[in-house]
Amino acid sequence: MNQLGLHALIVRKTAIVMYEAEINMVIHAGGGVVDVYINPEDIRIILKDNGPGIPDIGKAMEAGFSTASDKARELGFGAGMGLPNIQKNSDDLNIESRVGEGTTVTILVKLN
Amino acid sequence: MYEQSVQLIKEKCIGCTNCIKRCPTEAIRVQNGKALIISDRCLDCGECIRVCQSNAKIAISDPISITDSYDYKIAIPAPSLYGIADSHVSTDRILTGLKHLGFDDVFEVASAAEIITKRTNEFLEMNEKDGPFISSSCPAVVRLVQVRFPSLIDQIIPFISPMELAARIARKRAGDDKGKVGVFFISPCAAKFSEIRNPHHFEESQVDGVIGIKDIQVLLQRLIKSDMETEKLAVASGVGVGWGRIDGEARALASDGVISVDGISNIISLLEELENGKIDQFRFIELMACPGGCVGGPMTLVNPYVAKSIIQDRWDETGSEVCGDCGTLNDIRWTEELPSCNFMKLDDNYEKAMQMLQRLELIEKSLPGIDCGSCGAPSCHAFAEDIVRGRAVITSCIFVLRKKIRQLTDEMIKLEDVLPYRLDKDE
Repeated sequence: MNQLGLHALIVRKTAIVMYEAEINMVIHAGGGVVDVYINPEDIRIILKDNGPGIPDIGKAMEAGFSTASDKARELGFGAGMGLPNIQKNSDDLNIESRVGEGTTVTILVKLN
Repeated sequence: MYEQSVQLIKEKCIGCTNCIKRCPTEAIRVQNGKALIISDRCLDCGECIRVCQSNAKIAISDPISITDSYDYKIAIPAPSLYGIADSHVSTDRILTGLKHLGFDDVFEVASAAEIITKRTNEFLEMNEKDGPFISSSCPAVVRLVQVRFPSLIDQIIPFISPMELAARIARKRAGDDKGKVGVFFISPCAAKFSEIRNPHHFEESQVDGVIGIKDIQVLLQRLIKSDMETEKLAVASGVGVGWGRIDGEARALASDGVISVDGISNIISLLEELENGKIDQFRFIELMACPGGCVGGPMTLVNPYVAKSIIQDRWDETGSEVCGDCGTLNDIRWTEELPSCNFMKLDDNYEKAMQMLQRLELIEKSLPGIDCGSCGAPSCHAFAEDIVRGRAVITSCIFVLRKKIRQLTDEMIKLEDVLPYRLDKDE
């Protein structure tokens, strides 16, 4: 991204949201597929998984709320800061989820 | 375009890969068996000078004969000059020796450094809420920020260097009745020559020439040992003299939360963390590209750590007040904004840069990824970038070339098999 001439702040924001979203997907859904679109005006990250889904998205957005397993917590994850961090570092965050079917998270980082 | 001070002596270059591997900005390529410096990427940090076993890299400086065409000659020695003689030899004596080399006056850059210290204290107090701030005294660091960390430009303290300030004061001190006044920096540094030739952030340099410490050291040491009488010339205290080594500038400040880093690769990792927002507990960051600080400059001869310890021993030296008439903070501020010259960017046009990046990634995948340097570029990534920028062709990679030759051979053998049989006379 540095080679595209993007500002260091944009690179940093993108790296943070990408990291947090990826970790979330691995911890809760055991993996999934990420598509990243680098467009002239924005960067769009779409994460799709076939995991358990999120029953209450509003609750999941609360800082500190976490349903991560003990194993994940032992590794230092699951502090309940992932989604709030993504929201803080992105310009748009959209979560679509069906319990038992999976979750699609779309994150937008504007370039200007 | 940047005119760098570091140059290649073509005849001495054997085309090895030492310098391309060590250059912190990947600014060197070996082409046609000789190292080629890409000016826009060069920091003048001097790493390639240090690492070249053939001594084929030099930093341009002026010969002492440059002073001949001036009526009144002033030497402004860098604080690191005091590292050439043990601390029991006074700075007065070293400066007297310098005068004996043919200068009419000497003015210590260390004195100017003390003024910058005072002004930096004021600056930090005025900008209490912002920061951390990066020292602007090392020209290679200023350039590093410009070309690789442009988002940190606003965090550089916008002051002229102690050298430039010393030149201004010395010239003023000489007055108007001395004829043609020449001010010459006695330098440890590879980057100063460029700083005076193309200053980006103020109008015109007051320095007329840069003379390397290495070119006068032997003469000077002989004079110091001679029976010449020592004049009272030194005004700087240990505070200003201390600037000659790493930590000197930071330690001179009244502020808490200072950090000093020397060596260009250490500096790059620190600036990366600073850019990523991982470091914000400091107020002031002193960065010196050379190991040990200016004492480790490529135009010095004494071992940097020996010189550093000598400078350290001079810490207790007392000086006199130089700041009587040396102007205000505004006098040392840059008059122009420091431009960003991001060399990482593939193209100014974002969409074109995207296409180039896409191509670059594809090319990189086809390369062996072992960064052998045989193509003349420091890494496979740099090589792929060179191809995308139109500076190299893929067959410069010996692995790709070998693969192509093998394919070609296979095809020839296959072709041989399908030759019309009646042309085969043996069977």
